[in-house]
Amino acid sequence: LSVILKFRKDEYEIEPGVTVRNALEMVNISPESVLPTRNGQLINDEDILEEGDVIRLVAVISGG
Amino acid sequence: MKCRKCSQKAIINMRQHRLAMCKEHFLDWVPEQVERFIHKYQMFSRQERILIAVSGGKDSLALWDILFRLGFESDGLYIGLGIDEGIHYSEKSRQLAETFAKTRNLRLLTVEMRDEYGETIPQIAERTTRGQCKPCAVCGLSKRHIMNRIARQGGYHVLATGHNLDDEVAVLFGNTLNWEVGFMARQGPVLEANHPGLVRKVKPLFRFSEREVAAYALLRGIEYIHEECPHAVGSKSIIYKEILNQMEGQRPGAKLNYYLTFLKAKDNGLFSIHAQEQINTLSTCPSCGQPTTANGDCSFCRIMIKK
Repeated sequence: LSVILKFRKDEYEIEPGVTVRNALEMVNISPESVLPTRNGQLINDEDILEEGDVIRLVAVISGG
Repeated sequence: MKCRKCSQKAIINMRQHRLAMCKEHFLDWVPEQVERFIHKYQMFSRQERILIAVSGGKDSLALWDILFRLGFESDGLYIGLGIDEGIHYSEKSRQLAETFAKTRNLRLLTVEMRDEYGETIPQIAERTTRGQCKPCAVCGLSKRHIMNRIARQGGYHVLATGHNLDDEVAVLFGNTLNWEVGFMARQGPVLEANHPGLVRKVKPLFRFSEREVAAYALLRGIEYIHEECPHAVGSKSIIYKEILNQMEGQRPGAKLNYYLTFLKAKDNGLFSIHAQEQINTLSTCPSCGQPTTANGDCSFCRIMIKK
């Protein structure tokens, strides 16, 4: 089982055992521009991702 | 990673402050800091009436929630821009703003562009040179005009907006790239009413990152519009925010430092000549009574008279 990152319509599959911040950097998403959630709960960017985790990323940047 | 205050598991890590917090302490910390900044930057007092510009987005609703929790007397103003673009953007935004106000028994004033001016923002943009490429310029101009008008008419002492650090830094970055010193002279967390017809404007969230404000809104269970304004996609401000966030990732605190050192330079008089020049060139629009740098009608009135 791997870790799934979901961001808008995209999904990324990565190996477990890395921090959320490292995972985001691996898929070229700026950790400053999203909030990671697991099971609807916010998690911090130093949390280690475990097998089977599904992380939904909430976009925080708005413009205009 | 544990909360700095209670050693519970942290749900947010704010690297620029070297501060991690649990939900409970983060939700206490945000309003405490807002109150500190309101006082530090002399934004408003508890005796003053505040009008909050509410868009249905996370920043303005979070601001209203915070001021409500802090016990400030504040009403909301929603401006219906008439943006649909197949996703009912304005309609959804209005519903969220109304629900927020209703559930907290707060007063929300609404202005619908279509009802009051006979046209939506995209329609105005289509017929004017100012908005031919994108309606954002017309939108900004119209919102500034209407917010000021309603605040004046309602006798509010101050108009508060939900601008966060990322918004402010993106504007500053754009102005720096082009050395728009005139714009830089009038950028800041407090914009004084330095001309008759102008209401004081404040930005109580200007020291919070967009990420922190979004975290606050999520944790408070605030229902806000998650979709981006369809016209803002690919805008310069979003591009600047992405660039600045890359810098922030490498150097935590870069955005805050950039903005605070700008404010310090401004306080030290770096832009004072330009600021005074602008005040000197302001006159009063004969049609609406709001300040303008033009001779005669202001930009908003000119656009609306051209109908």
